[in-house]
Amino acid sequence: MRNLNFLLLTRGRNRLHWTDVLSYAYLVVGLFTMFAPVIWLVMSSFKTEAAMSQFPPSFLPYTQKTVQVEGFPKPLPLFLVNKVDGTQQEMAQVNRMGIVANMVDPQKPEDKLQVNVRQREAVNSLSFAWNNYVDLFGKFTFGTYLWNSVFITVIATVLTLLINSMAAFALSKYNFAGQKTVFILIIATLMIPPTIILVPVFLVINQVGLLNSLWGVILPAVATPTGVFLLRQYMLTIPDELIEAARMDHASEWRIYWRIVLPLSAPALAVLAIFSVMWRWNDFLLPLIVLSKNEFFTLQLALNSFQGELNTQWHYLLAMTVITLIPVTLVFAFLQRYITTGIAGAGVK
Amino acid sequence: MRFLAVFFNLLEPFFRQGQKRLGLQRVAWLFVGPNLFVFGLFCFLPILINLIYAFTGGVELMPQSRPYSGSENFEILLHCDSYFDISTCRKDIFWRALLNTAKFSVLQVSLMVLFSMVTALVLNRKIKGRGFWRGVFFYPVLLSPVVVALIWKWLLQSQGVFNAGLVAIGSAPVEWLTQSGWAFFWTVFVSIWAHMGFYTLILLAGLQAIPNDLYEAAEMDRASPWRTLTRITLPLLMPNLIVVLVLAAIRAVQVFDEVFVLTGGGPGSATTFIVQFIYQTGFAEQIHLYGLAAAASMALALILIVLTLAQLRLTRASEAGQKGR
Repeated sequence: MRNLNFLLLTRGRNRLHWTDVLSYAYLVVGLFTMFAPVIWLVMSSFKTEAAMSQFPPSFLPYTQKTVQVEGFPKPLPLFLVNKVDGTQQEMAQVNRMGIVANMVDPQKPEDKLQVNVRQREAVNSLSFAWNNYVDLFGKFTFGTYLWNSVFITVIATVLTLLINSMAAFALSKYNFAGQKTVFILIIATLMIPPTIILVPVFLVINQVGLLNSLWGVILPAVATPTGVFLLRQYMLTIPDELIEAARMDHASEWRIYWRIVLPLSAPALAVLAIFSVMWRWNDFLLPLIVLSKNEFFTLQLALNSFQGELNTQWHYLLAMTVITLIPVTLVFAFLQRYITTGIAGAGVK
Repeated sequence: MRFLAVFFNLLEPFFRQGQKRLGLQRVAWLFVGPNLFVFGLFCFLPILINLIYAFTGGVELMPQSRPYSGSENFEILLHCDSYFDISTCRKDIFWRALLNTAKFSVLQVSLMVLFSMVTALVLNRKIKGRGFWRGVFFYPVLLSPVVVALIWKWLLQSQGVFNAGLVAIGSAPVEWLTQSGWAFFWTVFVSIWAHMGFYTLILLAGLQAIPNDLYEAAEMDRASPWRTLTRITLPLLMPNLIVVLVLAAIRAVQVFDEVFVLTGGGPGSATTFIVQFIYQTGFAEQIHLYGLAAAASMALALILIVLTLAQLRLTRASEAGQKGR
């Protein structure tokens, strides 16, 4: 029971109580658990293919040093050899047969030596394999995947903001027959997760002719109950007098929406925009059933199909993963406050 | 900016016309129209079509060319020779998926509530840099399920850092993702890792709404910390706890993407859950059995309805309880 103390007090004392120590310990463990896996992934993505298959793995990306030795066309890998006389020497490996390796002294290529492979250690140096990243853009259709993801995210977010703010405007600033029904209908869709209408949504997308088209991923989810709710609640706080005044000046309803209500809703729009970007960038199930052709893959789909291959090319896969998490991490770094207050306020994600 | 101006000018006459015809209030239909159109096409219509699929057979995608099959799809899903032995069921994989989902949900939700509660309580203490620490636990929430799965797949692979640790302390490496017990454990762990921050945030918001004088009064009365927790914090946090409990349950029942990438549902069917069953029967397998997938999704819908009703009940009960206090 007494161990629970640290969880129960809401306000610490002036000096550091042992429960404070425990709290900070918990937080540090949390910091490690949440970030260490990501950092490990990022460091690993800078390893060469050879370094990746090394066991046990190292944290930093090491690669074996190589030397150019006279008389050999290719650079040879460098090892630290324990000699029979007890001294150590750096030598290059010419070739290896079973457990015996033929080594030469890089300075004196005529100085040859046969060594048991257990008597030597690879000489490593720190080097970042930027090629994992560079190759992505050259070798693969990675650019296409990136473009598809960006296109879907940007267009879908713009449409989401437009359509949902229009609906929110109608539901907050008018008084028409059926308004309540419409609002309830829209909010009720919160109860219908996409997973349970997967098959018929696929049919509709197919019938509209959007299968294997980026629009097939964009359109089905541009209307979101969360967005309508969030924006409506915000627009309710905009004084009606503003709108009345504009009507006096013969502004059209569209102008009132576009020039008055929309600009005033900027904070709520920003929150929805952040959410929309996260949803779209990370979306998986809908693209998975709509986009089956390689050239329409989003980053998420490309990652999935890459990791499913028989010989997973981890060095490219990890680099691709890192690129995929960069935008999200940037959003997190700069906009974390807005997201967390948005969630705490509306209880939505 | 110019584009926006053009867009505005294009639509204004249209709305002026509408205003003339419909009047000042009913012009709102033009504003809510696009939204309702999208919802109708991609949400309400599919709900109806789903019913048609569930009661028709065959492999055709078009509803009109599918023969009516009555309750056959449900019989295929639910029939077992003996209900004490899953392997005698006609679709044993469905039952396994159902059982796995139940097991997963109970484990994941209870651990999720526990961890996010502890984290929220710690974050609610007087600590330095609360915003930073809150962000720390929230970061994985933003990552995509595929990225989350790949991060952990890389750590857990046979030559990964976990096995390096095991070898370093002298024990044998473990195939984390291809032994059914461990694979199941990691699906639970990874999904908690990825989503805990979200629930922590909801609970923290609830904790910060509890007025401080209650705690001061409790301190004056020399209430033990345990008593303060059970008599002040927990009762006042109940509405948020219910939200967290039900949201977590609704999401746990629908678990798919992380697990799909992390284990692919394996080894065998050890980590196959309902949504993956629906996806596989309807889309991934050679013959697309849309009817069976739709029937299974109705089973899922049933579970979700029950959970939502439970939430309403619980919320009402806790509100009534607070009034009675």
